[in-house]
Amino acid sequence: MRLNKSIKNHRFEYQLHNFRLTLLVALVFILSLILVLRLAYLQFSQYKIYATLSLKNQMSIIPIAPPRGVILDKNGVVLADNSPVYVLEIVPERVKNLANTLAQLKKLLPSITDDDITNFNNARKQYHAYEPITFKLKLTQEEIAIFASNQYKFSGVSIKAKLMRYYPLGEITAHLLGYVGRINENELKEVDSTNYRSTNFIGKAGIEKYYEDILHGKVGYQQIETDVSGRALRVLSKQNPKSGARIYLTIDARLQEAAYQAMRYKRGAVVVINVNNGDILAMVSSPSFNPNSFVNGISTKDYKLLSNTQDRPLYNRAVRGLYPPASTVKPFMAIAGLDKGIVTIDTKIYDPGWYRLPNVKRPYHDWKRTGHGIINVKRAITVSCDTYFYQLGNKMGITAMEDMFLQFGFGQLSNIDLYEEAPGLVPSPSWKKRSKGASWYPGDTLITSIGQGFMLASPLQMANAAASLSKHGIRFLPHLLAKTVSDQKRERNYKPVEEASIQLKDKQYWNIVIEAMQAVVKSDEGTAYRFGRKAPYSVAAKTGTAQVFGGNQYEKRRNTYIPEGLRDHSLFIAFSPVEKPEIAMAVLVENDVIAAAVGRKVMDVYHEISKESIVNNIPFWYPDFLRKEIMASIANNQNVKTI
Amino acid sequence: MKINHSRPMYRLTSKSLYIDVPLLGLLLLLICLGLIILYSASNQDLSMVLRQGVRLSFALAIMVVFSFIPPHKYKIWTPWIFGFGLILLIAVMLMGKIGKGAQRWLDLGFFRFQPSEIMKLAVPMIAAWYIDKKPIPISFKTLFVTSLFIFVPAVLIAKQPDLGTAIMVIAAGLCVIFLAGISSKIILFITVLIGSAMPLLWHKMHDYQKQRIFTLLNPEEDPLGTGYHIIQSKIAIGSGGTFGKGFLTGSQSHLNFLPEHATDFIFSVGSEEFGFVGGIILITLMVLISLRSLNIAKHAQTSYTRLLAASLAMTFFFSAFVNIGMVMGILPVVGIPLPLVSYGGTAMVTFLASFGILMSISSHRILFNNIQ
Repeated sequence: MRLNKSIKNHRFEYQLHNFRLTLLVALVFILSLILVLRLAYLQFSQYKIYATLSLKNQMSIIPIAPPRGVILDKNGVVLADNSPVYVLEIVPERVKNLANTLAQLKKLLPSITDDDITNFNNARKQYHAYEPITFKLKLTQEEIAIFASNQYKFSGVSIKAKLMRYYPLGEITAHLLGYVGRINENELKEVDSTNYRSTNFIGKAGIEKYYEDILHGKVGYQQIETDVSGRALRVLSKQNPKSGARIYLTIDARLQEAAYQAMRYKRGAVVVINVNNGDILAMVSSPSFNPNSFVNGISTKDYKLLSNTQDRPLYNRAVRGLYPPASTVKPFMAIAGLDKGIVTIDTKIYDPGWYRLPNVKRPYHDWKRTGHGIINVKRAITVSCDTYFYQLGNKMGITAMEDMFLQFGFGQLSNIDLYEEAPGLVPSPSWKKRSKGASWYPGDTLITSIGQGFMLASPLQMANAAASLSKHGIRFLPHLLAKTVSDQKRERNYKPVEEASIQLKDKQYWNIVIEAMQAVVKSDEGTAYRFGRKAPYSVAAKTGTAQVFGGNQYEKRRNTYIPEGLRDHSLFIAFSPVEKPEIAMAVLVENDVIAAAVGRKVMDVYHEISKESIVNNIPFWYPDFLRKEIMASIANNQNVKTI
Repeated sequence: MKINHSRPMYRLTSKSLYIDVPLLGLLLLLICLGLIILYSASNQDLSMVLRQGVRLSFALAIMVVFSFIPPHKYKIWTPWIFGFGLILLIAVMLMGKIGKGAQRWLDLGFFRFQPSEIMKLAVPMIAAWYIDKKPIPISFKTLFVTSLFIFVPAVLIAKQPDLGTAIMVIAAGLCVIFLAGISSKIILFITVLIGSAMPLLWHKMHDYQKQRIFTLLNPEEDPLGTGYHIIQSKIAIGSGGTFGKGFLTGSQSHLNFLPEHATDFIFSVGSEEFGFVGGIILITLMVLISLRSLNIAKHAQTSYTRLLAASLAMTFFFSAFVNIGMVMGILPVVGIPLPLVSYGGTAMVTFLASFGILMSISSHRILFNNIQ
């Protein structure tokens, strides 16, 4: 019967419930006993430990500076690194008598300068009293030992390991990379002060300054438990800092070094640029300085020495140095003349060695007293005939010239990723009126047409213009950044930026000028014949001599009797190979004639590097005979870009 | 003799109120102690204590009201209460989905409450109600249906996510099943089943919940995340010693090293300031209240009331045990407050309501018991 099934045995149920209830009571007792035992364990046997812990329980949050992003060249050669150094840190809150402590420290460690104390006192205004402030950078082993044995006298002062910027190539990359230095109050206002809470350094120039936000990273924190005197007992929590992104530059360290060596003991600059994407492969300004001394905090005396010397080593001549481009503008003048229809390939003039404006008595001389005779546009470039370009300039007028120069990027910022860049100057009548309050004379046009007078350009602009010329008017934004690799290994490649290209009425004009520039090095009357005739690769170039001082320009030994600082600058622009251009360069040597020779050295190294890279990049599975063939063709200087 | 089960006759135990005097005494003692500790834990914030007092008065009133309701009424209402609670839970879940976040509260404008709290009462009620109808020992089918009654709301609550309350609801329900005479074989079987389901459960857990278990195993590993709470709590308790640092002088809590010191970690405050003695007093009170409640269960006259009373008693005890175990670092940090002591309203109302039901069970004596 169904009903039966659902009938309960209440007595049995009651007994069962009672039994199980007893079990529950037992459970309550057992669990409570566990609690009581645990309580006793904590409060009796562990009492001393916890009592001390609670007494010492003082926590502070200490920001951790992120490691600055490393800078590498395009092949991964490290250009700027972080190296560990020992520094002396002071937590002002924990120092009883600050002035006294500082004085005693100075007595103990004589390398502490007044600058350090001044810096420290300035830094105190920016930080909370409980935050550690770096007092003395780069302690020597000896100093560490001396301080360690006297540490008990200095509560609140401690030695810490820190990462400091280090530039392995030193002078070679100084202008390019810039340097980091102690952050100052004004700079701190410009940045997110939380993120820079424990950062001591900030990019002061060059790449370090331009990419400061990428290189810096994100600050981390650690919460530490400290004892009464402020010594950290243990780290309670840690939010690791995010290190700054690694930056790969377009620079080739080997080429950079070669360029630097070629410029050794000279004043001037070299810029090598990849014509196909605007990558700067080398950028040297000479003389240079050791950027590492800025990181350590350069003394006022040393700084004055660097900034006051006539050689001006701190000055980045490659982007900031402005020079008359002199004869290196002639190819661009020729392009303008051909394009505006002022001259044709067949237009010939007779050069007697001078040019005279109508109604002007004073003749404008060619650099060669005897003149070049019958001359057309090609030969005018090859022999760098001034007379031809005086005439061309006079016919074309300053406005047409200005237009073409501007198209090639003269007279304006190239927008390279450096803040130091100067725009240079392409003169015009309106500019002269504005800045000099004088009207434009036909003579101004003449000297502008040979790149003298008011016109000023930086080596970077010259190299960039040569690159545009080599690519028949295709222009790229020059840049130094190749790619960034973030903390999380995320890569971001720089994409080349193409700029408005230069359109000519006839593409042949490019070839005319380029052929002429090739003759500059190949023809026996070319101005760089001595430089280029034996070059084992094709190259197109143009030399230039910028006058610093008037005097007798025909004097052959001019550069020996004039004081060094007044001697002519020599300039050199070139690109190579001619058929399929890869690089363009500009060399400027102040007060010396060796620009073309420097250019040759740098270009040799470039070709050497690219040959090596071809050999190194032969795929391993290539059969031997193919490998040999490639090697042989490299040895014969054939174009083996087919791999 | 014919007994009308649906309308029994009661005799009053106390003169006019359906109050269990020993239980009320213990509760009031615990509440007073709790207010004293709260005064210290809140950094002597009287307004906080006052708010807690108002809440307590409200909860005590509810307790009295619940004690007036005769047990058979609860039995009749059980399915309705459970259904209502379930609907609210689902409503909260849907609202949470719309609101894109954890949702525990139901806002009625003038009053906010957590439907999961209703379930602390409704689940043992429905389990007792269902098992009461079935013969003993309970069949596997009964067991299965009862498990559904327990785990469906528990899963909904765990999803909110409120793991602490979900565990309490499950504990309450399982307590009923245990009491109802489930055979030891089935207990073994279920233990194995749960054991094998553990990995799955682990997989389903939120990261913060997993973290709590890791932290329990090694609090020093994550000293400022979750481990920080446990470390600081242990320092607070341990540094209290035998007699404590004294009222209002617990440095751990007053220097804010101790987290949540007014709510989940209030036991640590009490132990720091009153030491082992204080801790023992608190634990003893909890145990006495539980035992008194279990005693009520023992003397309950119907199967339904016995099961319900025992379950409510054990829910209270487990809450206290888990909270105290948690602050002493032997159980994972699940957000379970210390009953009647921790600052905060909802759980307190539920507990005093459950004591109201217990009192109702203890004071409504049926004149003629059906078995005696």
